[in-house]
Amino acid sequence: MSRPDIAALAVGDVIGTRTVTFDRADLVRYAGASGDFNSIHWNDKVAEGAGLPGVIAHGMLTMGSVVGLVSEWAGDPGAVVDYQTRFTKPVEVPNPGTASIEVTATIGVIDADAGTVRVDLAVTVDGAKVLGRTQVLVRL
Amino acid sequence: MANADFEGRVYPANAPYSVGREKIREFATAVGATHPAHHDLVAARGLGYLDLVAPPTFAVIVAQRAESQYISDPAADIDFSRVVHADERFTHHRPIVAGDELTTVLHVDRIVSRGAISMVTTRCEIYAVPESVEVPSPEAESPGEHVATVTSTLAIRGEDA
Repeated sequence: MSRPDIAALAVGDVIGTRTVTFDRADLVRYAGASGDFNSIHWNDKVAEGAGLPGVIAHGMLTMGSVVGLVSEWAGDPGAVVDYQTRFTKPVEVPNPGTASIEVTATIGVIDADAGTVRVDLAVTVDGAKVLGRTQVLVRL
Repeated sequence: MANADFEGRVYPANAPYSVGREKIREFATAVGATHPAHHDLVAARGLGYLDLVAPPTFAVIVAQRAESQYISDPAADIDFSRVVHADERFTHHRPIVAGDELTTVLHVDRIVSRGAISMVTTRCEIYAVPESVEVPSPEAESPGEHVATVTSTLAIRGEDA
């Protein structure tokens, strides 16, 4: 798999977009894979009791899913040296149905001396931001 | 209200978590990470890794185990049903690969309560220990090779929030 050429990149370049979808089965699969069995992610009654409209996706599932775009672009998942986000709005997952998350990845900072770029992710559902300040530092 | 007395606490290195190939594959599948280095040993070795590479947020499994030492302590006064995740950050000093034995030193860095909301920031310093070491010695200066730092902030709503 080829690696991007840092010299050919410019701040503001969009390196990719992606739509990520979650249904209830995806939440259960992530619960099992991660060990996070908080019932607001699979039980509507518990979610409603906690003041939520219904079951919401694990913030960590959203964070973990939207970065794949960057790992694939980098050509090496080990090239992601730092990754941070803020959870600004819960992602409701209907039953039945799917939640649809739009991801756009843009070059935010280029540090040619360090050989790193910061990729900024815009992550929205129906136009509303669900993750904020989502920054991925990649060593190229 | 989260108990402010816990701010500044450091928990000793915990029992190591063994990173397995199938766990990496399972986690990668759950987050839709299709890069072959998560699934195929030949592809991972082709990139210079000893074994399958964990996705960027895999360390949350290791971190959440360590954090539970604090979160589930009744004296910490954290009602998990009223917790929402506020932010998360992973810093990888080197990629996590299958075969790693990872121990974590948990730090409770910050506890701030305003009105009915408490914000709690924890930091997990994750180290790879040699397989022969079952429980890292608390006297050792460093439990092993520093692999990752995971910082997490939880917001806890009080009863009237």
